[in-house]
Amino acid sequence: MRCASPRGNLALALAALAIAAMPFYASPYHMQLASTAMIAAMFALSLQLLVGGAGMVSLAQAAFFGIGAYAVHLLARVTGGAPSILLSLPASASIAGLAALLIGPFALRTRGFFFLMTTLAFGQMLFFVFHDTSLGGGADGVFIQRPVLGAFGVALELTRANRPTVFLLLNLLVLTVMYAALWWLMRTLFGHALLGIRANEDRMRAMGHDVLRLKLAAFVVAGALAGIAGHMAALNDAFVNPELLGWHRSAEALLIVLLGGIAALHGPILGALAYTLIGEIGQSITERQRLVEGLVILAAVLLLRNGIAGIRLPT
Amino acid sequence: MTAILQAIGLSRRFGGLLAVADVSLALAVGELHAVIGPNGAGKSTLVNLLAGELLPTAGSIRIDGDDVTGRGNWRVARCGVGRSFQRTNLMPQMTVLENARLAVQARVSARGLLRTLRRDDASVSIARIALSRVGLAESADRIAGTLSHGQLRQLEIGVALAGQPKVLLLDEPLAGMGPEESETFATLLRELSRDHAVLLVEHDMDVVFAVAHRMTVMLDGRVLECGTPEAIRASAAVRDAYLGHSV
Repeated sequence: MRCASPRGNLALALAALAIAAMPFYASPYHMQLASTAMIAAMFALSLQLLVGGAGMVSLAQAAFFGIGAYAVHLLARVTGGAPSILLSLPASASIAGLAALLIGPFALRTRGFFFLMTTLAFGQMLFFVFHDTSLGGGADGVFIQRPVLGAFGVALELTRANRPTVFLLLNLLVLTVMYAALWWLMRTLFGHALLGIRANEDRMRAMGHDVLRLKLAAFVVAGALAGIAGHMAALNDAFVNPELLGWHRSAEALLIVLLGGIAALHGPILGALAYTLIGEIGQSITERQRLVEGLVILAAVLLLRNGIAGIRLPT
Repeated sequence: MTAILQAIGLSRRFGGLLAVADVSLALAVGELHAVIGPNGAGKSTLVNLLAGELLPTAGSIRIDGDDVTGRGNWRVARCGVGRSFQRTNLMPQMTVLENARLAVQARVSARGLLRTLRRDDASVSIARIALSRVGLAESADRIAGTLSHGQLRQLEIGVALAGQPKVLLLDEPLAGMGPEESETFATLLRELSRDHAVLLVEHDMDVVFAVAHRMTVMLDGRVLECGTPEAIRASAAVRDAYLGHSV
């Protein structure tokens, strides 16, 4: 997996500016759509650390996303009111990361197809914890109090009118920071070690790398980042339900990674924007939105080997 | 000479097959110890046992006096044991330099892993030195998968060297090479044995007899004979069992 060049990052920065300027030219509906796409991008980006980074294809990622979302609800129950985002965001990341730290040592004993199945099993276990127990409020989900955007008594008042704009900018900020952090991480010796594991895990071990610990570290970081994405989803929707943890959401994130490009760190961002756009266009031209999505993704995977990020413009 | 790696009574059983039976040997820096024997004699299994890749059924392995039996290959590697593989086992999509550099990096502590990699990193210069020792300095920036077979065999050793080991376990480094390349390799092996303890598993008898200080002959998992190349050449048992007319 490569990181974008300075020119590539400049292009991404311009795209970010275009999104930041949406309040000047776009409708609230389209701003909400952009927020949804950016949350999907955060989620897929967290998965890209595993898939593109260390070559670990996991189906447990949605469980960490869901735990991050539910953490907002559970935190509000503990504190007895809406918590500050300065508290809820780190809480979501930590609890999701902790869940990954508990599951990781077991799941990482397996590789390849068996890792896929083990993570599926753990993901579904967590799904049923929220689906079948009263911990998260039951199978139908619950409406939650949004965290307060501020702290120590100073907070941004959310109204129906300013909400799309505020969430748009907030999601853009979180996505940008997450991408920058991963861009840095992939340039560290740790990032290089992950790429080595993806290329040849056995040789890395023979060289003397503690492969299990490196993979566990990646699994925990990815889990924490998925938790952050889940937190932003909970903030956005003010609603959580067990479906957030379902395995098909993990599969959807894998699809976004594949569509955007498995070989580039920024692939999932392009993938998430494209995926949201395809869904929106599909919905506007037909009632069979999933059919359009399926056909477009099939075509993209067949024709673009490295996804959207692999498209090279003739220069 | 003091032994740096010691194997004591190593055995390994695969089901009903005793692949390695009660093998003891000692490797010292400055010495090249060759292990020869027919196919299926247990040479590769022995290398895998010494590298910690396989658990011995019985026996123990000491490095610098420490018992490392059953610690796993990555811990053994960190104790200063580098190995090359019989079948090329590298990261083909990465550059030659990155292949070697990752081997250097294996010795960085967990805390050091959050440094960003720069061109002038210490790990880069150590990797470059290892590459130049095996004659790949010019090819450092090439993608490993584009190298020729001979160059890949050189890189196998380069990667093992980059880990800065005291012990080198070389499993048929000459596999599939021509006579001219063998010559170059013999020179390299002689150089390496000066500052490493080298265990060489090899089928090319010309090279083995030209570079080895000590030899162990294996047959059916057992040590048939152990001694200087002259003694091995003179041994009637070895001639009957393995070397035959080739010496």
